[in-house]
This record gives sequence, structure tokens and C-alpha cells, in this order.
Amino acid sequence: MASIDIQGVGKSYGTVPVLHNVDLSIQDGEFVVLVGPSGCGKSTLLRMVAGLEGITRGDILIGGKVVNELAPKDRDIAMVFQSYALYPHMTVRDNMSYSLKLRGTPSERMSHVISAAASKLGLESFLDRKPRTLSGGQRQRVAMGRSIVRKPKAFLFDEPLSNLDARLREQMRVEIKKLHRELGTTSIYVTHDQVEAMTLADRIVAMNGGAVQQVGTPLDLYERPTNLFVASFIGSPAINILDGILRCDGENRHIILESEEQLPALARIQGRDGQAVKVGIRPEDVQVSIQNAGSRMGQVELVEPMGLGTILHIGTVHRTLKAFVLERADYPIGSNIAYSLPADRLHIFDARTGQRIAD
Amino acid sequence: MTSSARSTPYWFLHYGLLAFYVAFALFPLYWLLKVSITPNDLLYSEGIRLWPSRSSLAHYTFVLAHSDFPLFFKNSLIVSGSTAVTVTLIAALSGYAMSRFDFRGKMWLVGLMLITQMFPLVMLVAPIFKLFSPLGLTNSLTGLVVVYTAFNVPFATFLMQSFFDGIPKDLEEAAMIDGASRFRAFRQIILPLTLPGVAATLGFVFTAAWSELLFALMLVSKADASTFPVGLLSFVSKFSVDFGQMMAAGVLALIPACLFFLLIQRYLVQGLTAGAVKG
Repeated sequence: MASIDIQGVGKSYGTVPVLHNVDLSIQDGEFVVLVGPSGCGKSTLLRMVAGLEGITRGDILIGGKVVNELAPKDRDIAMVFQSYALYPHMTVRDNMSYSLKLRGTPSERMSHVISAAASKLGLESFLDRKPRTLSGGQRQRVAMGRSIVRKPKAFLFDEPLSNLDARLREQMRVEIKKLHRELGTTSIYVTHDQVEAMTLADRIVAMNGGAVQQVGTPLDLYERPTNLFVASFIGSPAINILDGILRCDGENRHIILESEEQLPALARIQGRDGQAVKVGIRPEDVQVSIQNAGSRMGQVELVEPMGLGTILHIGTVHRTLKAFVLERADYPIGSNIAYSLPADRLHIFDARTGQRIAD
Repeated sequence: MTSSARSTPYWFLHYGLLAFYVAFALFPLYWLLKVSITPNDLLYSEGIRLWPSRSSLAHYTFVLAHSDFPLFFKNSLIVSGSTAVTVTLIAALSGYAMSRFDFRGKMWLVGLMLITQMFPLVMLVAPIFKLFSPLGLTNSLTGLVVVYTAFNVPFATFLMQSFFDGIPKDLEEAAMIDGASRFRAFRQIILPLTLPGVAATLGFVFTAAWSELLFALMLVSKADASTFPVGLLSFVSKFSVDFGQMMAAGVLALIPACLFFLLIQRYLVQGLTAGAVKG
């Protein structure tokens, strides 16, 4: 096990920059998830840690040692690929023992380690089969087994669950989390799925356009997104974003929305009078009431029951708001509904830079 | 549409056309066999009968016992075998490089390799003869291997490249992370998966070298370094052509090629389809 430090790392293909100046310090034993839309550079960063991509600028350290020029085989890391990358001409056992063989592990020890890993992952009965006879979930397990047999310094996961169906993905997510708790190996996990990121991570690194947007615990990112990108990327159903102008009148702060509605804001919000802002509010923070009439009224446009709760699309004159409610009340489409946007649940961002306005 | 949904006339036409094509394609081979077992006295007298009234293996006996054919045969085997192995070895490495690496001048290299395939080889006979004779490579099997290798490497490289392109990069990356060097990953992971490609390349180059006549004729003038296509010409004399013996030699010459393809056909069928989809 080891810490991983990424210091001022950049990457360009020819003149096209794909990663800008990434700084990230991963503690020994930490589970860090890189999350972002496709093309944000998260996989490239992971591959640079693995040694599969060259580094244009900066340093990558594994266990305090600069590994920039080290071949992948000398970095002592293990990686799980999206495609699983199992060796098709080898049995499951040979797939798992390949790395041990290359390291000259004695055969008794090898078979011991492999049966331990196989029993941990429920693969005992598949050891003599070829990968093509296995289902997606089983292949995924073999890929995991291949990485855990040799106790590497770090695990790298490159969207390992993307090819699985939803149910299996949920199951494997739990297994990965358990495995990490058991082994405590430093892990970097790349995904575009924010649910995976939220559930697995000790810390999330949100990336966009080749740059790190925010680093923090899952709840940090959820509750205090540092910019519009993070606010809209993290969370499902996605956050509501409204346009408005910030008005500062002495200690009083409020926001005039596009629709000329007034929205009270917290007094401690920084920012200047007349600043164009984007206001974010998470669907579960939108309070709705079907019985009482309120100052803000809308109509139920669409109802998405999720079992756990219900997503309501509330149409107003100017926009559609999404609200997430837990109670199982009946919301007939077209019925009038009162809603409110509590001031302490608003996320306010500068409209031009997209950065959060301090509060 | 499932096969059962098609009507009988469809299948009749389907197999009829296939049968016609197969008969058309294989007829010359049949004729080769037929002439090779027809005794000389019947060859002209019986006209174009599909099967001679009397057959004999006399031509075969003559070719094997009294002609230089066994020598030509051995020479051909050496030349084609060495060429096939050498070309496949080089093409596997260069095809891998073309498939996996980006390097300066790659475009130019590909272009040059294509150009070598563009003009008729007959243009090159004289310069190659000029180059080879001071090096002692004329009248030698080595010389032929060198020429055949040079001419076959570009195409074989493209062929192998298309096979490597069909194998995900992830596999060797996984091997490299598992602790293999790139070359070991190539040898232990990628190459075993490219066996169909290797077989296809071996087969292609072997047959190309086996039937090559131009250079074999021009670079070699002594019988002891002649290959079998040149040897076949020895059945043509100034005043007559000994068709029976020539065809018998031809049939014998088919044997190694057939054996070779029988050996690699399992990979080849896989390989040709893979190549067809990917390349």
C-alpha cells in the first residue's frame, strides 16, 4: 500500500492539451473516485498513474517515489479495465496467476493465494474455465481477482462496472466497497456515474475539461458544490438552476429571478448588487404542498414515481422545476401545487464564472 | 429471415450456383489430374474424354525416379518454407508496430510500403540481378529467399496489422500492469491470439513463393538451385511438350501446398473472416 501524489500534472497530445495542472494527494488506503463526463481527462489521468500514458508536465509519486519514467510493470499497481481485459486464451486460474508467475512466486504459494482470492469472489467453480464461457459479472470478478492476488500498492479502476446491467452494477459496487474495507488498499476509481462516485468514495475528484473542479467528500460536493458544473453533475435527479440578479440592500439580500419573482437569500451571501447569478436548488429541497395555497403556485406537469419517492415536474409560467418528495400522496397531473424555495437551501453561483458565491 | 422460411427453388438455385462455381474453379485441377494419369498413347487419340479408357501411373514413376523433380521439389520446399517463416516473423513485428505505435514518419513508411506493391516486378529483375551477382546470391536458394521476403513483407505487414488492430489494446496493457514487459506481453498474450493471422500470413506467403516463376527463372540458371515452377519448364523441349509428366509433376507439387493448408485451415477460416471484418 502507498500514497499517491499527483503534482502539477499536465498532458497534451501534440498541441492539444487534455489535462491542465492537476494536483491531487491521495492518502495511503484512501478510496478516491475521479468523476466527470466523457472526455474530461479522468481516464487519461488514471492511465498516467498506471504508466500507460506519458506525462507531459509535472510529477506522479507512488509511495513517495517519482514514477514518471517507470514502466507499468515496475510500478506495482493493479488495474481493472472497463473491458475486463481478461486473457481469452487462458483459464480463469491462469488469468489470475499470470502476474504471480511473472514475479516468480512459488507454485504452492500461488495456488494458495488464488484459491483464497477465488473463494473471496465466489469464483472457485470457474477456475478451469475460459473467460468466454463466463457472464459479464463473472468476468468482472475475475478481473478483480487478478488484481487482488498480488497485493499491489494501489488499485486502479477504469469504469469497471460500465458494461454491467443496473442490478449487477449495484451488487458489484457493494462488493468493491467491502473488498476495499477488507484490504485497505489505496484505490483510484474512474467513473462517469455519479451514484457510483457518491457511494464508493472516501473523496471525490470532480473533473471537467481536463481540470479538477472540486475535491472533497461525497457530501461536500453534494452540499457545497464549488461551481455550477459540480452542482449539476452531482445529484440525481439533477439540481434545478434558475437565472437571476442579486440585489444587496444593506444587510438585506435577495434575488430577482428572470420571471421577476423575488427570492429571499441568506444575509451572509457575498457578492455585489446587480450581479448576475445562477441559483441552484436540489429537487429534494423544493418544498411542495398540494393542500395549502402559497405565494408560489405551479401545476403538476409530470409525475415520476420512483418507489422511494416521487419526482414532480412543476410547471410555472416561466420554467419547470423538479421537486423530489418522499410522501406517497396522489399528485394528479394538472393540479395546482404550492411550492417554496427555502433561502438556506439555495446554491448561488456567479452567472459569468459559474463559481459559487461565498456564503 | 430464417433458413426454413426460404423456399425450395431458392435452395435449388443457391446450391446449383455454388456447385457450378466450384466445378468451374476446380475443373483445371481435375484436368491436371486426368492428364497426369493418361498414358501418352491415349493423350491425343482420345480427344477430350473426361476420363481416359486406361490409366497408368507411369508419368509419376518417371518424374520421381528419372527426372530432377525431387531436387526441384526439395529446393521449392526450402525456399518457400524459409520465406514464409522469415516473412511472418518480420511481418508480425512490423505489423504490431504499425498497429500499436505512433512514430515519426509512419505515414511515409506506409506510403513507401504501398508503392512497392504498385509496379510490375519484371521491372526489377535486371537491377536485382545486377545487385545479386557480385554478392553471390544468383544461382542460390538464399538469393530467392531474400527476394521473396523483400516482396512479401509489405503485404504481410498490412495483413498482420489488421489482425493486431482487431485485438484490444487493453489486453497487453493489462499484461504490462501485471508485470510483463511490452515484448513479453506481445509474445505471451497478443501473439497467441493472432495465430489465425500468423497462419493466414504463412499460407499466403508460402503459396506465393511456391508458385513464383519470374525470379526463380531469372536469378537461377543451374538446375541444382532451380525451384519446381522452373523445373516444370524442363518438360517443355524444343520439339515437344511432355504433358503427362508435366501434369504429374504439377499434381505432386500440389501436395505440400495442400498439406500446409490442411494444417493451418483451422486458423485460416477464422483468420480470413476476422480480416474481412476488421481490415
